Amino acid sequence: MNDSILKTLTVSFLVCLFCSLVVSYAAVSLRDMQNLNKLNDQRIKILKTAAIYNPEESIESQFSRLTPKFVDFSNGKLLDAYGEYDLNTYDPVYFSKQPEHSTPIPVSKDIAIVKNRENIGKIYLLKDSTNNLEKIILPIRGYGLWGTLFGYIAIDKDLNTIRGLEFYSHKETPGLGAEVDNPKWKALWDGKTIYKNNAVEIEVIKGKVDSSNQMASYQVDGLSGATLTSRGVTNMLVYWFGESGYKETLKNINYDS
Amino acid sequence: MTVKQYKQVLAKPLLEENPITLQILGICSALAVTSNLSVTLVMCVALTFVVSFSNLFISIIRNYIPSSVRIIVQMTIIASLVIVVDELLKAYDYETSKKLSVFVGLIITNCIVMGRAEAFAMKEKPFLSFLDGLGNGLGYSIILIAVAIVRELFGTGTLMGYEILPLVSNGGWYPANNLLLLPPSSFILIGLMIWGIRAYKTDQIEPNEYKLSGHASAPDLSKRELNV
Repeated sequence: MNDSILKTLTVSFLVCLFCSLVVSYAAVSLRDMQNLNKLNDQRIKILKTAAIYNPEESIESQFSRLTPKFVDFSNGKLLDAYGEYDLNTYDPVYFSKQPEHSTPIPVSKDIAIVKNRENIGKIYLLKDSTNNLEKIILPIRGYGLWGTLFGYIAIDKDLNTIRGLEFYSHKETPGLGAEVDNPKWKALWDGKTIYKNNAVEIEVIKGKVDSSNQMASYQVDGLSGATLTSRGVTNMLVYWFGESGYKETLKNINYDS
Repeated sequence: MTVKQYKQVLAKPLLEENPITLQILGICSALAVTSNLSVTLVMCVALTFVVSFSNLFISIIRNYIPSSVRIIVQMTIIASLVIVVDELLKAYDYETSKKLSVFVGLIITNCIVMGRAEAFAMKEKPFLSFLDGLGNGLGYSIILIAVAIVRELFGTGTLMGYEILPLVSNGGWYPANNLLLLPPSSFILIGLMIWGIRAYKTDQIEPNEYKLSGHASAPDLSKRELNV
């Protein structure tokens, strides 16, 4: 009889045993490859932000041109070590969710709805062949319309000119807000200026930028049909280049170099 | 079993008994993953693989499955196959797996897989069940690919990422139809397909479950006790 208790238990047990063996074999044998994929995906985004990505070359060797640094947001200092954490594997987004490693942002100041900011961030420095600073790549994130956009922004050695912007994760509407991934729109950012008289002036405006306007270098074309996403990008930049973001850090880099 | 019968089992789900257009199963993923053709192709391969092999394995052990736990046994086998497919995708095609995100995992709940296991694999021999799974997977794929071609071509002007219709926003002449990038557009496309197929194969038209009565035969409320 198929329906006796013993038979039911035996069949269930054997099916479960066999399936769990297959699943665990697949999970364990493919884990290294999956982790490498995840890491490379992130690295490619950073390389693209820095505008030095070359699909022909190995990601490892291209990425070695970048120097990661810890950033202490409380005083803006660059650090080479932070506790027992490894500079290469440290994930600021993960630490922003750990209460003992992050600081809640007061609601009145949290324009980009970041909620919790990690105490120690991580940035990348790109140096040229003579070891002079060329670009700085900073992670940024903030709320758009449907969820948080995560990305990187590259700025020039003058610490005021944007060189590139890339988002690696967002939930914006395809065809509207998701146009933040449009290469033509991303190209608009190259050469834009962030600070004017020490205040963040960069803004995604509504419509097209009038190039005769004296503020044109602080403005980027809005995404049509995506006002809230455009505003989210502006808020994100205002937050991350403000006092609670990288402002102090950029001053320190200025003194260092 | 003759070769003809094998062929029939394989070919029937393609159009005549298509799981999407006749049985209206698997609609969830047909809406979600069809905005881009290359992503859709990967999803089709994943689903076809899962439904064929789950049918095969369930059919092999069909005579040993106690009826009281048969659904759970089927689910265990289906879920294991889906996890294996998901892990393989994450390892070998990370870009696509990122775009498919949860929808690979959701193959577990795709009614086609469970439906074929329960309706076919529990009764028929392994090889035949495998063919049935393959046929249903391909039937699902045909519809998804058709929807994806329309959505990608007219939504973004590209096919498999190659530019076919140059977009106005990139300096071309074609204004993209953004509605096609949103999931509800597949509803319209699949609806049109069902209409077309049923106009061609009239035996697929279902009889009305009820008929609206005309005004003349409206119920006489005065003769009934009203529960107010």
